[in-house]
Order: sequence, then structure tokens, then C-alpha cells
Amino acid sequence: MSFSEFVADQNKPEGWNRPPKVEADGEGELLEVAMGPHHPSTHGVFRMDVALDGERVIRLKPVFGYLHRNHEKIAEGISYLGSMPFTDRLDYICPLSNNWAYALSVEKLTGQEVPERAQYLRVILCELTRIVNHASAVGFLIQEMGASGTPLMYAFREREKVLDLFEALTGARMMCNYMRFGGCRVDASPAWLDATRKVVAGLPKFADEFESFLCSNEILMARTQGVGILSPQLAVNAGITGPMLRASGVNYDIRKVDRYGIYDRFNFRVPLGDHGDVYDRFMIRLLELRESIKIVEQALEDIPVGPIMDPKAKIRGFRPKPGEAYGRIEAPKGELGFYLISDGGPNPYRYRIRPPSLINLTVLEDMCLGQNVADVVLIFGSVDIVLGEVDR
Amino acid sequence: MKTVEEIKAAIEAAVPGAAVEIVPNPSPSGQHSLRIAPVHAFAVAKFLRDDEDLKLDFLSNVTGVDWPDKEISEKVKVTRTVTKTVAGVEQAVEETVEETRKRVEPGCLEAVYHLFSVEKKHGPVIIRMRTVNRSDLVYMPSLTPVWRSAEFQEREVWDLYGIIFTGHPDLRRLLMWQGFKDHPMRRDYVEPDDFEYEPTAHDQVLARARAHRAAKQNAAAGQEGTGAGQ
Repeated sequence: MSFSEFVADQNKPEGWNRPPKVEADGEGELLEVAMGPHHPSTHGVFRMDVALDGERVIRLKPVFGYLHRNHEKIAEGISYLGSMPFTDRLDYICPLSNNWAYALSVEKLTGQEVPERAQYLRVILCELTRIVNHASAVGFLIQEMGASGTPLMYAFREREKVLDLFEALTGARMMCNYMRFGGCRVDASPAWLDATRKVVAGLPKFADEFESFLCSNEILMARTQGVGILSPQLAVNAGITGPMLRASGVNYDIRKVDRYGIYDRFNFRVPLGDHGDVYDRFMIRLLELRESIKIVEQALEDIPVGPIMDPKAKIRGFRPKPGEAYGRIEAPKGELGFYLISDGGPNPYRYRIRPPSLINLTVLEDMCLGQNVADVVLIFGSVDIVLGEVDR
Repeated sequence: MKTVEEIKAAIEAAVPGAAVEIVPNPSPSGQHSLRIAPVHAFAVAKFLRDDEDLKLDFLSNVTGVDWPDKEISEKVKVTRTVTKTVAGVEQAVEETVEETRKRVEPGCLEAVYHLFSVEKKHGPVIIRMRTVNRSDLVYMPSLTPVWRSAEFQEREVWDLYGIIFTGHPDLRRLLMWQGFKDHPMRRDYVEPDDFEYEPTAHDQVLARARAHRAAKQNAAAGQEGTGAGQ
């Protein structure tokens, strides 16, 4: 069979993984609305072209690219280390997990080992990042529901404490640029570890407070339960990862599956949702926040003394052997992967980021069709995206 | 999990005629990949997703790679007959000369798919496909009907590399604006001096103003001339 013949009789699209067809009922014209790029709920510059029949959403097309910087092209022109600060700017709520994903991929490409203490520091920082991300994601979600400011400020109060820790260790609140290939940049002092212990000791109280205010709130339950349901089959087929996938009841956490770093040493559970609606996604984040607190506590207890970097490791100007590597971690928003191809030169030949935020938006249309336009904002908020990562 | 060789054998047993080639990866990551022919890609993808042992139900990452035309210069030993005067007599002598020859290895665009299994919790299995060239035969079947997660990522590959995925339900540019002409992730892409250049009427207006001024000056000169004459 020739290629053109193949194209002609290629299998029909299977249909079940396509967005449902929603028909407008009654007469009247459809109202076409561009939600964004400056809508306050879009977390940046994101546009949804929505067609409405009264309040119901008939059609929804996401539009990307307002923040496109072509980071991948820039990275092809600079050295491996040169891209490290740029990874902070992808998902700027969680810079340290981006650092880790990139460092992990380069370590896979070169076969470098990471010392114990650096592994522990990575886990501590990444889990603190997860706590920050989940708390603010929930805060933003509640804010989009109309609870203007207060829950978000509760989340930001804790976030500020963690960001102070990041600043003390790395020198920057958000653009940390902390990890290096084969270790970390600076060592944590005992004083810093004590300060972290103090902050982490206060976090369960914050989680209790947050949950008692929000989880059984009647308005929140009425607005979120049964809204934006995502089936587990579609979630897996559409490549959804992170809390969104687990809210649909699929047990897939890369910390458990790949056991990258030293995650096999910690005792934690993977919370799973039952219905796959907005409420489940909200609850999963709160439960994961508690598991992350547990991991940080264990890591702070076990952290050994030792080097944070192999002294022989070459950070600058190294040339990996020709080959390729795909490394991935469980970032707070989902699977964050880096795909690198080396041609033996000092710069990557190909540098690709697998952005969880972008791919989680694949099913936005499926979840929103047939819902009220006010719920679109909620469903979108429950996906938890950062535009720096969607557009790169 | 099965090794790449076993997966290759399984695919070739299940999809008749599918030529699968193992692409070794010499780096310490050891992630070898399988190159499949675009003609059989759809059947192979369905097999990989539905096979009981593999169950690769989760397509994680789709990306493009650009391999431009490569000019390779090789040194070749060539034997040729040369007429030479040896000891006063012209003779045909065979002589071996080293010659540098240049040949162009045609480039192509490549799409890489990283597959994992959520059910069996294994992976990655990497499959790759190549287009015929980089200019006109840049077609490849879309795997979006098999894995929905390819939808945005294949749009991105089309946008940045220019691979046309046939059978994609909605192949539009993802990141660059509609109406943008080039594919910026290609290695030979040259960015324009001014992205926001729009042809305006300035030149026409200037030309008209110049003509107007010239006519006015001519008229004034003519008036002076006639005035002096009187």
C-alpha cells in the first residue's frame, strides 16, 4: 500500500476520545465570547474562544502562544548549564522542581551520580515547592469561585514563609537556579535546616485550618461537586498527569512508579479521587499537601552530612557523548519531562520540555462542554496551569 | 518489561510488513528507540496500545527533531590511467590518487513519541518516524486518534517544525500566530529583522508628496520665467 493510499483509507478517528458534540437547543443565535487573554481567571495570558447558547457552553477552543519565547530554540544555542536559570521561568510557582527535572535528564544523559545529601536537599526543596504550589492552586481556585482574596492570602502567608527559606538558601525567592548536574549549588547550613524544621512544624496546623474552612463549605460543595467530570479512561488516553489524573482515580504517581532520586526511602501515600470532578481535584491537592509535609519531615530527620556535589564533576563546558535521554519527575502540576539529544557538542542538539500544564489542557474542552459559563472558570482553575510553562 | 528486540519482534509478528529498525542509544541512559515506517505507524500504534503485554496506554511526549541536509566530504582513492612519458616513451600508467569527494546526505524531519504504560507501570518505549525530506514530502500519519495526548503536541510539531500530520482532527498552529509563514524550530530558520513589519502606505504618500512638491516648484519657476519675460 502506498503512502497516499494509506492516507486515503486511514482508520476513522475512534470518536470516544474526542470532545462530545453539544447541540444548541431552541432558537436564537450563539454568542461568541473571547475569554481572555486578559481575563482575571486565566492566570496570565490565555484565551478561550467560547460559543454560548444562553449560559451553556457549546464550543470551546483554547488559544495559546501569548507568552511564547521559544525557550527550546534558545536552549539549542547555549550550553547545558546556561539553560538552568531559564527552567525557573517555565513554571514560576515551582522553580525548584523544574531545576530537578532538567538536572535529572542531564544526569541520565551523562551518567552522573548524585551524592546523598544533595538528594535529600532536592527532595526537601521539591516537596516544599509542592506544598506552596498546592496551597496557592487551591487559593486561586477558591478566589475564582468568588471568595475574593481571603483563602488565597491564607495560602500566600504560608507560601511566604517557604519562599523566605528558598531565599535564605538559594538567594532568590522564585528564580532559584539552585540545582546543578550531579548535585546542588550551595550547601544548607544547620541553621537553615532548623528554620525549615520550624516552618514545617507549623504546616499541619495550616492544613487543618485550611481544610476546616473550606472542605465542608456549602457554597464550595455546591459549585464544585459534579462539575467538570473527567473519566479515568479519557484522562489516561489524553496524557493527563499529576493531581488531575489521580483525582479521576488512576493510581499513577511518578514518585512511586519511577522511584527517581531517593523517593523509595520515604513512607507516603498517594491520595486518589473517586468522581474526577472539580471538588476531587481540590481535595486531592489538600491531601497531597499533607503527604508532602510527611515526606519533608522524614527527609529532615534523615538528612546525612557529606558533600553536595562530586568534586570531580564538571559543571561548565562539558560535552556529553552523542545520545539522547528522557528524564521525568512528578512536578506539582504533573509529569515534567526533559528530552535531550546530544551530538557531542557543548550545546544540546535538541532540548524539549514536556509541559504538564499544556497537556493537561487537552481535555479542557471535553470537561467544559455543556456546562455553564461560570463553571468554565472553575474547571479551568482546577487544571492548575502556569502560562510560562504552557507557552514556554 | 520487554526489551527493544522483543518489542520489535512482537510488532513484526502482529503487523505484517512493518519494518521496524532499532535505533541504538549509546548514552548511559540506555533508552533505545524503534524507528517505524510512517505507512504502518497507525497499525503499530494501535498494537502497542492494545497489546496485552505492552499496554502502552499513555503517550507522554511527542516532539520533532530536525536533521538538515549534511554535506559529507570523504577521501576516496581513485585509480586512473594517465599518459606519461617514461624513459622517453609515452606510456599509459595507472596511478592511484586521493580525491576529496563531497556528497550531500539528504535531511529529514523526525517525530519522536515517548510511550509509557499506566496499567503495567513500565516504559519508556520510544518510537520515531521520519519524513522523506524537509521540503515537500513532510507527511506523517497523526497518532491523535490512538492517543489523544498527541493532539496539542502534534499541533506544536507542525507549528515549529512543519511536519504535516494527516488525519489530525484540528491541525492549526499552536504557539505562533495564524498566518505566520515559517517553522521557527528548524535549524536553518532565520528570523526576520522586524517581526512586526507591516507594509504601510508611507512610500506611496512620500512619492506623491515629492511629485506634488516638484510640480509646485515647476509651476513657481514657470511663473517667474513668464514674469521676467513680460
